[in-house]
Order: sequence, then C-alpha cells, then structure tokens
Amino acid sequence: MTDHISSPMPNDDTAGPQPDADGHFGPFGGRYIAETLMPAILELDAAYRRISPDVGFQNELTVLLNTYAGRPTPLYHAKRLSAGLGGAAIYLKREDLTHTGAHKINNTLGQGLLAKWMGKEKLIAETGAGQHGVATATVAALFGMECKVFMGIEDIQRQAPNVRRMNLLGAEVVPVDSGTGTLKDAMNEALRYWVGAVEDTFYVIGSVAGPHPYPMMVRDFQKIIGEETKAQIQEAAGRQPDVLIACVGGGSNAMGLFYPFLEDPVEMIGVEAAGKGIDTPQHAATLGKGAVGVLHGSKSYVLQDENGQITEAHSISAGLDYPGVGPEHALLKETKRSRYVSVTDSEALDAFHRLSRLEGILPALESAHAVAYAMEEAAARPATDILVVNLSGRGDKDLGIIFSTMEAK
Amino acid sequence: MSRIERTFNALKEKGEKALVGFVTAGDPNPEMSMELIRAMCRAGVDILELGIPFSDPTADGPLIQRSSSRALAANVSLDTVLEITARLRNETDVPIILFSYYNPIHAFGTEKFYGKAQAAGADGVLVVDLPPEESDEMTGCWNGGTFCLIRLIAPTTPQPRMKMIAGEAGGFLYMVSKTGVTGSAGLDVSQAQVNIEHLKKITSLPICVGFGVSTAADVSALAAVADGVVIGSAFEKLIEENLEDSDLVTVMEEKVREFKSATRVSR
Ligand SMILES: Cc1ncc(COP(=O)(O)O)c(C=O)c1O
Repeated sequence: MTDHISSPMPNDDTAGPQPDADGHFGPFGGRYIAETLMPAILELDAAYRRISPDVGFQNELTVLLNTYAGRPTPLYHAKRLSAGLGGAAIYLKREDLTHTGAHKINNTLGQGLLAKWMGKEKLIAETGAGQHGVATATVAALFGMECKVFMGIEDIQRQAPNVRRMNLLGAEVVPVDSGTGTLKDAMNEALRYWVGAVEDTFYVIGSVAGPHPYPMMVRDFQKIIGEETKAQIQEAAGRQPDVLIACVGGGSNAMGLFYPFLEDPVEMIGVEAAGKGIDTPQHAATLGKGAVGVLHGSKSYVLQDENGQITEAHSISAGLDYPGVGPEHALLKETKRSRYVSVTDSEALDAFHRLSRLEGILPALESAHAVAYAMEEAAARPATDILVVNLSGRGDKDLGIIFSTMEAK
Repeated sequence: MSRIERTFNALKEKGEKALVGFVTAGDPNPEMSMELIRAMCRAGVDILELGIPFSDPTADGPLIQRSSSRALAANVSLDTVLEITARLRNETDVPIILFSYYNPIHAFGTEKFYGKAQAAGADGVLVVDLPPEESDEMTGCWNGGTFCLIRLIAPTTPQPRMKMIAGEAGGFLYMVSKTGVTGSAGLDVSQAQVNIEHLKKITSLPICVGFGVSTAADVSALAAVADGVVIGSAFEKLIEENLEDSDLVTVMEEKVREFKSATRVSR
C-alpha cells in the first residue's frame, strides 16, 4: 500500500496514502477534462492545498460539523440484528443521524466552506438519490449562495420528496433528460453547465469521483467517519474492528470509513449494487464487472461495452445507480487492500425490512446493501469478531419505492 | 511536409483561410455520412474533422450529442470511423483529423489506434478530454511520423499554460472561441479576435477558431484574424433538420460553399 504515497497534506499528521501531484492513485485518477475546465481545476487544487490546512478553516468546519450537522455520529451496537445471525457483532456507524440524513453533508459543508473561502457565490451539483443535492442545497442556504442541482428525470420520479426538499431550500432543480436520465447524465450536464459558468461557479461533486482534486478532497472531507469510528469502537469494545463494510456508488462513504484504517490490520469490503443480478445486464457492479476506462474526468473502472461506450447501470437505489467509481477504490481493488462484492435489489430490500423490524432503523436503500452483505459476513464469522457497517443514510427518501415493491408482491 | 502544412501553405498563397468542417462520422448512418462528407469536399472544405461518436460527450452541446446518438444507433464504432477515413483517403487529399473523447480510444487500445489511424490516412487526432498532463499514453505512441496531436486552447487558459500547450501541439492550434460547450449561443466575435491576437504572439502554428460559429458573417470576421475557422454544430443542425429530406446532400454542399466563400479574405 505504499505505491501511491507521495507527500502527505501539509499540517495533517493523520494523513495516509496520497495520490501524486496530478491526482494519480497508481494508474488511476488524474484529470481527463476539457481545456476550458483545466484552469479552474488547477485553481481548485491550489486553493484546496492552501486553504484546507488553515487552522481557521479547520476550526470553522469543525464547528459546523459539530453544531450544525450533528457530529460526532454514534457508533451503535446492533445487538438484535447480530443475535439473529448467530455470528460476529455488528456495529452501525450512524451517518443516517446527521442533518439531512446522509453522510453527504460532511462533504458539502467542506466544499461549501471552501467555495466561501475562495469567494465563489454560486454552487452547482449533480445528484442521483437526491441526498447530495439536498446536502448541497442546504449548505447553499446556510452560506447564502445560489444553487442549481442537476438531476436525471428518472431519479426525479423515484426520489420525488428530495426534489421538493431542494426546492424548499431555495435551490433550482434542473431536470436532465439525456441518456438514461440518471446520475451519470446529471453529472454530464453539470460538467457541461460548468464549462460555460466556470469563472464564478463552484462545482460541488458528491462522491470520490471526477477529476483531481475531487477524489482526494471528498475523501478528506469524509474521513471523519473513519476517524470517529476508530475512537468509538476502542471505547465500546476495547479494541479495533475486524471488518469494515460500506456500500459503494461513487465510493465516498466507503472511502470515508476505510481511509483512516488503510494502514491497520482491518479487512475492508465495499458492497456494490448487483441490481437484478451481476449476470444480467441490469446491475451497477462497476468494480466487479467493469473494465478500466475514463469517465467524468478520471481513469477508473467503468461499465462499458467493447467499443468504450458507457453502458447503463441499474440499481433499485438511485445513489448506487452509477457506471463509474472513484479511482482510489480502483487502486484498493488492484492492490487487494479492499475486497468488492455485490448485493441484489431484493437482498437489499430484505435487509431494509430486517433492520427496520429488529433495530427500529429504516436505512437508505444504498446503506441497506451494506447491511445485507454484513448479515452474510457476520453469520460466517465467530462471535468474537467485530464488524463495522457504515449506515450511510436514512430511508425516508425511499419510502415510495419500498411501498411500491410491497404492493407488487 | 504533412498534408496539414501543405494545406495551410497553399491557402496562404491563395489569400484564403481554412474552412475546417466537423461532422460526427457515421451520422446519420455510414453511407449517408460518406455522401455528406464527399459533398463537403466538393464544396471546398479545407480540413475535415471527423467525430468518433461517444455515449457521454461532456464537452458537447445538444446538437453534437444528438449526432453522436444517431451514429451510435447506426452501430458506428471506432472501426467504422477508420473505414470511413480510409475510403475518403482514396478519394481526396483533404487533411482528416479524428475528434474523440478518450474512452473509445482507450478501449480500442491507444497504440493500436495510433497505428490504424495512420494506416487509414488520418493526419491527426484531437482528444477533447486529454489535456497535456494526461497525454503520455498517447504521445508515447508517436513514431516520428507527421500524424499529430491537435491541442485546444480555451478562453480561460492563462498565458503560461498557452505557451506550454503550444509547445506540445502539432498541426494547428484549436482556439475555443468562448467558455461553453460546442454549439453555445452568444459568440463574441471581437473578444475571440482579441484572444487570437494574444495567441499569435506565442506560437507560429496556424490558429483555427471554433465553438458556436454559425453564420457566414461570423466566419469572415474570424477569418480576418485567424488562419482557419471550425464549423461543427451548424452542420449537425443542418443534418438534423433535413434528415428526411432527399436534398440533404445538396443542402450541405451549398452551406459549405457559403462558409467557404466567407474564408476568402485576402489581406
Ligand atoms: C445514503 C447514501 N449512501 C450511499 C450513497 C452512494 O454514494 P457513495 O458511494 O459516494 O457513498 C448515496 C448517494 O446518493 C447515498 O445517498
């Protein structure tokens, strides 16, 4: 795991492995973007390196995370869920309890504050499940900034409550009807808009994807999940966990949990969406079934056909319905530091109901994928093992889909 | 001397500027596309830019997005584009630049692409999402021939970066006329003229300007300062509006003639 270490961020003694100066994680990452965006991306990189280590910036962010977003989030020992499986103990990192209901707020507060320090007053974002859109709209309201959120028409349908939330927060939701009308197309359109508005607009990317410095920066803003977990599990169990499990769409909640543990003897498992099955064309298992390619500004695994055309992803969960994945995950897969598995729509739905009934927690469908795999993994392990699952978000936004699947039965 | 250099030299002698015509190769289907490109050549296009269709063209506006989709629906792949290139090369000496996003080339194999594109008779490639910082895989394939990597300069590109890019570029420099995707409205001709004058001071390569150029008046205003003018979306619009029309080819030929006469600005 030392092959992509260069110099760590200045003033950051908790820093782990870093990409090279151009954002390469081994052979992955980089900046594959149009020349019009290059100067803005280089400016962002320089601004991030200058501003993020600043004590004033760090303090302002910490106060917001604590007093506004509700951090630290609890680490909860899910005893009834664990007992029913007869195996290892499952702990849930409760990102669902943050303000706006998902880990996305950690990142949007970070990027929004960076935008403020850079003097930018307009934010744009892409969104799939709507969680990142809501989290960006929230931060725009908080800082008095203008906000446009690009969202595929398919996702506008399946995540309707989040569209209304964004409107209430004062953001404009821009419907995107190109391609499949999902997250990938929303990101295409956000990039197109940004090409024309780059001089005064800050693009808040919602995952560890996109051109450098986004994969590194978003990971840094999310790594608080893993840092808190380290201290909390020590306190609760007197030792460090055996396994970390998180769902992977673009990969930000997973990187946030994994990153502080990269150099520790802990297993890591990323759970992708298998949709209707990874042997059908309808899945979103980018690391499991994709090939190396270039999408949305970085080199990583991509779902594509033999001609290099990007193929449609499918998942019941809008937040995992994406044919790309962050480049650092591609490297973790390549070096085998992390393992990537997948869970189908119906397994995720079962896990949703199980967690709701046994623990009184309605997870987001994205997070239900991680719970589903954790149940399998826990059952196969001794009772002395400890699993930490990142419960990345709450399920309120998914109730429409959940009800319709229940009616269909 | 490369075909591109020969073209610019010949134009200079005639007191003309280059009309660079972009169409997505294989739009609306490979046969019709061949007919359209032949018509462009008959009407006097000086350099052809053939787009390799891609599912996610993030630097393109709706017109080129839709032309890409039409070509993909007609099963056009990179292989098809190379076939079209080879057929054209048998018929014309007009320089052909392939225009692509990186993923189709990466999936094809960058080295294989380099070899096959040259064998087909292409004169260069412009990869929109491949800035000089990420070009090693591409430049590493260079075999000393005249096949060149065309580079973009944007209105946002600062001076030192312009120098760096110009230093790595071949063929000609493609100056993006405005911040925005292809086909954006609101071209500011006088601003573009100022940007071209800036760029001229730091490079001896020919400068072609494009993005959002849609009228003959724009062409002659830009041709007064640049070495060439690139037209793309305006051709795609014409194809889209006349898809069902039996004189599509004639309409294209007339349009190219109109733009070409606007490049005859002897100074
Ligand atoms: C609750 C929740 N979890 C996970 C994800 C997937 O994103 P990532 O893989 O970047 O964490 C999303 C995306 O919208 C989400 O809303």
